[in-house]
Amino acid sequence: MTMLAEAPLKNAVPTDQELIDFVVREARLIDQQRFDEWLDLYADDAFYWMPLEWNQTDPRLTCSLMYEDKLLLSIRVERLKGARTFSQKPKSRCHHVLQTPQVDSRDTSANRYVTWTPMHYIETRLDEQTLYAAWATHHLSVEGGKLRIKLKRVDLINCDAAFGNIQLFM
Amino acid sequence: MTRYAGNAAAIRALVREQEVHRDVYVSEEVFQLEMEHMFPNSWVYVGHDSQVPNAGDYFSTTIGTQPVLLVRHTDGTVKVLHNRCPHKGTRITSETCGNTGKFFRCPYHAWSFKTDGSLLAIPLKKGYESTGFEQSHAATGMAPVRHVRNYRGFVFAKINDGGLDFEEFFGESLSSFDNMIDRSPVGQLKVAGGVLRYMHNCNWKMLVENQTDTCHPMVAHESSAGTVVEVWKKAPPGTKKPMAVEIIAPFMSPYEFFENMGIRIWDNGHGHTGVHHSIHSDYSAIPGYFEKMTAAYGEERAKAILSENRHNTVYFPNIMIKGPIQLLRHFKPIAANKTLVESWTFQLVDAPDMLLERTLMYNRLINAPTSIVGHDDLEMYERAQEGLHSNGNEWVNIQRLYSPDEVGQTNVTTNGTSEWPMRHQFRAWTKFMTMGM
Repeated sequence: MTMLAEAPLKNAVPTDQELIDFVVREARLIDQQRFDEWLDLYADDAFYWMPLEWNQTDPRLTCSLMYEDKLLLSIRVERLKGARTFSQKPKSRCHHVLQTPQVDSRDTSANRYVTWTPMHYIETRLDEQTLYAAWATHHLSVEGGKLRIKLKRVDLINCDAAFGNIQLFM
Repeated sequence: MTRYAGNAAAIRALVREQEVHRDVYVSEEVFQLEMEHMFPNSWVYVGHDSQVPNAGDYFSTTIGTQPVLLVRHTDGTVKVLHNRCPHKGTRITSETCGNTGKFFRCPYHAWSFKTDGSLLAIPLKKGYESTGFEQSHAATGMAPVRHVRNYRGFVFAKINDGGLDFEEFFGESLSSFDNMIDRSPVGQLKVAGGVLRYMHNCNWKMLVENQTDTCHPMVAHESSAGTVVEVWKKAPPGTKKPMAVEIIAPFMSPYEFFENMGIRIWDNGHGHTGVHHSIHSDYSAIPGYFEKMTAAYGEERAKAILSENRHNTVYFPNIMIKGPIQLLRHFKPIAANKTLVESWTFQLVDAPDMLLERTLMYNRLINAPTSIVGHDDLEMYERAQEGLHSNGNEWVNIQRLYSPDEVGQTNVTTNGTSEWPMRHQFRAWTKFMTMGM
């Protein structure tokens, strides 16, 4: 059965379980390559951040692997569909294994909820399969009765290593 | 079976005027000869002196596949040392960079060395008395690379004694470094922002050639830059063009744009694209920057510096710089089919931070292992590395806009889609491979 991309919140303020379910669903949409629905989970002013440095604090004057707004994320999603996207012929597939997300902070008055999720991420294409270990930090807000991602930060355990292509989303 | 070792004629036969044999990309033997001859005969980029500002600071890197250290000696000069203990061969440092204080100390047996590499002390030294130790290789300490040149902060080294001197090797090509450095109001650059490291399963020369290959962007990057153009078309009229779109969209420029941009050829394989304009020409002005440049240089000189639009300057053998956005890519050979690409960025000292912000955005959008533009390119290199194993055709074509008159010409400009830079690089390759063979 196809999972619904998102479940409506029962009340104005999300429960811890609703935050956890949201983070788990986000990973599942990536694994199922439902990228348009995945992108809808992001607020219009959202950023997806994958630091290059251990404990990086600045995305602006320190380089990152990714620091992308919704426009750049939507370009990635469109590119994956392209007839001449040769690096995706054949396509990559990916697989998330999440530890149960932990709710690190709930600030109802600021409408900001932060979760922390250790994970293993596997990306594969042709005969190659690569395992990455990372922590995902989600900064979530309620917009129009739905949870939205304001910031997703993915800290790779080996963020400063030399990688080959990483083509999908952690 | 060895085909090429000690056989200069066989090596010369790999490079023809209009094509090169696939063994220059796939043969491990040719790769080993590059490490043994071509890299040691050339002036190879080591690092930038802002990475080692204080006495005792070191940075660990490679020349070809040989591990070396760039170090700031106590007298303030920079030295390049082979990174191995003269005793058992142990690599002296394990961190990529750090400060060693007044001396290096080998972690295995505590032999110590001054920061110019000379032997300082050995524990229980009396064990070497009357053994003739003074005449040993070990007694000389950590071997320094003897030919080192710090050009306005950029440090190059040549391992062999033979070959060309620094000025002869680079000739007029240093003008691209000058322009990049002069873009700072105080004429100074600083390594900043962190280095992107991207592993490529292909030969290092494929990356070097790609830097002046202007017939690939609108084809290979249609997937990334073409999508940017299409997505941006849907933005509501009047929306301010984001920096990211300014950076990626010009990769889709038509053939005429690249033909007219021009290519300049210097000596010894060096050259650049973007004589007249480039994909960096139409970036928005950074507030406050031109005023700073005018105050520092006067308006006429400031305009002259900033009107240079050099796109990619390739320094033979294995770096490329982008002056207008202060970026250096280092193509580090690991094996015939493996290359580590390091993309370094520089801050213009005393210029607005926004310039560094744009440089870093360029670097992560184009040169990161997570970059969609990088994915386009690596896919092509890896397909070529695989395809070259076909025996159906053993040659790679580099003939576009070839003319027999070009041989021996330097300091000239030509059509921006010419493969002359590739032919020029391979002429230099033959010269430095066979020099002294």
